[in-house]
Amino acid sequence: MNAITVKNLTRKFGDFTAVDNVSFDVKRGEIFGFLGANGAGKTTVIKMLCGLLTSTSGNATVAGYDINTQPESIKRTIGYMSQKFSLYEDLTVSENLNFFGGVYGLNERDLNDRIAWAVEMAGLTDKKGALTGSLPVGWKQRLALGCALLHRPQVVFLDEPTGGVDPVSRRRFWDLIFTLAEEGVTVFVTTHYLDEAEYCNTIMLIHAGKIVAGGSPRQLKTEHIRYPMLEVNCTGIIESLNILQQQDWVIESSVFGTLLHVSVENEEAGSRKIKEVLSEHNITVHGIERIVPSLEDVFIHLTDKP
Amino acid sequence: MKTILHLLKKEFAQFKRDRSMIAIVVLAPMIQLIILGYAANMDVRNIPMVVVNYDHSQHSRDLVDRFVNSGYYSILSYAESSSEIDSYIDRGDAAVALIIPKNFGNDLYAEKRPQLQLIVDGTETNTATTGMNYASMIISRYSQNIMVNRLDVSPGSQPAARVIPEIRIWYNPDLASRNFMIPGIVGMLLMVITINLTSLSIVKEKEIGTYEQLVVTPIKPYQLLAGKTIPFIMIGMADVILVLSVAFLLFGIPVKGSLVLLLFLSVIFLLTTLGLGLFVSTISRTQQQAMMTAVFFVMLPMIFLSGFVFPIENMPGFFQNISYLLPLRYFFEILRGIFLKGIGLTDLWDQALLLTLFGVAIFSMSALRFRKKIG
Repeated sequence: MNAITVKNLTRKFGDFTAVDNVSFDVKRGEIFGFLGANGAGKTTVIKMLCGLLTSTSGNATVAGYDINTQPESIKRTIGYMSQKFSLYEDLTVSENLNFFGGVYGLNERDLNDRIAWAVEMAGLTDKKGALTGSLPVGWKQRLALGCALLHRPQVVFLDEPTGGVDPVSRRRFWDLIFTLAEEGVTVFVTTHYLDEAEYCNTIMLIHAGKIVAGGSPRQLKTEHIRYPMLEVNCTGIIESLNILQQQDWVIESSVFGTLLHVSVENEEAGSRKIKEVLSEHNITVHGIERIVPSLEDVFIHLTDKP
Repeated sequence: MKTILHLLKKEFAQFKRDRSMIAIVVLAPMIQLIILGYAANMDVRNIPMVVVNYDHSQHSRDLVDRFVNSGYYSILSYAESSSEIDSYIDRGDAAVALIIPKNFGNDLYAEKRPQLQLIVDGTETNTATTGMNYASMIISRYSQNIMVNRLDVSPGSQPAARVIPEIRIWYNPDLASRNFMIPGIVGMLLMVITINLTSLSIVKEKEIGTYEQLVVTPIKPYQLLAGKTIPFIMIGMADVILVLSVAFLLFGIPVKGSLVLLLFLSVIFLLTTLGLGLFVSTISRTQQQAMMTAVFFVMLPMIFLSGFVFPIENMPGFFQNISYLLPLRYFFEILRGIFLKGIGLTDLWDQALLLTLFGVAIFSMSALRFRKKIG
């Protein structure tokens, strides 16, 4: 059974269509990555699924409940962590936990158990009396996750949970996500860190309000980029990019750090042609290598289309 | 019910930690009370006066003494001629000039109806009108006295039947503006504090994002509404009691009527202000917007048009009619009635009823709008 099913979901703000006829399913217990640039419509979808926004048309169910008719039941079965840190900074760690546990209706014994669990999980045992505002960002995010999980939700929505968090804390946060998924919780996470997307079981790519691709990270990399991708190491990156983009045999080209990623129809012929055309312009080519496209290549490939 | 308790606990825990907010809630009422109680004195005393006395008789000196002894006037200077008056008034040293013509005393006894001239600086209208009223009162008393004296010295003549008006002021015998202002301050403070606290506490949560976090929990809109209003009812009522205590201890102004009725009708008035606070929160995205909207579109117009500063009777008809739509007007009438006159519900029935009607209407409309915004 699916934890979430979305059918033809649409949300308009005046003339602007933020989410355009979106459909997808999320399996129970999986880590579902929702990817897209800022403003692509990720947060709007999450808000509709959590009952923070009404949909203009279409339908969806979360944990078997209809978002249009049973929002109250959904609220009891989901956890939500918004993009912006949203606990009370002027309350202590345990005051925040007590408050959120309380409004979710946990009885006192259950509440104490869950708070002990959340504090342990978030690594905040020594910080229970600390004001939340005084904690580093990574700690705050773990506390926010703890608050969202007190009532044992079946589905957790995490909207860019690791934004502005250092790499070590990010990794630690993802370890928590893996543990949750192992326990059978469905995790719906949005991110624009593509390395994080690799951790997901399923990825859905949204661009300008529309789903452009979906599948496991492996499927995305193999199904969408059918041509060989070459990594070119040369001098004058920007000049080379401009030259290559004018060649009709170059399918796609983009800059990756100090290297170029170029896709061509045929590995050997393409490699030879690249060397020739760059040499003509007095550019030294240090090396050309065929690579497995990364999710970033896929992302650029899919969202650069006119 | 438990959820509401959790919300209240959270609200007070936050309040406890916000020192500046505690200072505002405790100190602001005291400062208002002291400023308006002491400084905003609209009573007119010791009006500086220049006297030009061409008469130099016993009678004219007698008249000037009466001006001084009344306490309303103090003699700044005696001028030789009326041409000197201009400079006193232009510089603002004197507010009033009294010119007593030659032969004033003789004419008075010869029943020639002597003319006195009073020149008043009209730039400060309040002092000017009050000064004029006092002056005509002093002069008419003086002339009455003379007439009575004359009747005494000539016993043969028939005393004319005459009515001497004796003015007695009720409820505020000293006509002290403080007595008029302090009940008003109770109403104003209650309004300012509850409208601001309600709207700001909601909009603040919107701003920092915790509002969204609340909305995804199973908290029901009515519970959130209770959690966001009950704390401010409590703070507002604590402020009322604070102001009443200070009014009594510092200014010696007790509540003449029933304290219980006063507190009860204050709670009814809070329906209006909490409703307005909720409404402001539904149309504001930032705390600044909420503050500005509350001050300029809600509170200042209500304060000005409800008779806190300017008497409603002096307003043009249009604004008088508008003031009937402002619950604060009724609350001011109730406050002054209970505070100064000591009257009860039987005399304040109309005001109490209208206050309740407005309160229920405003609160339920705002609550509906608030609910819709959440759902």
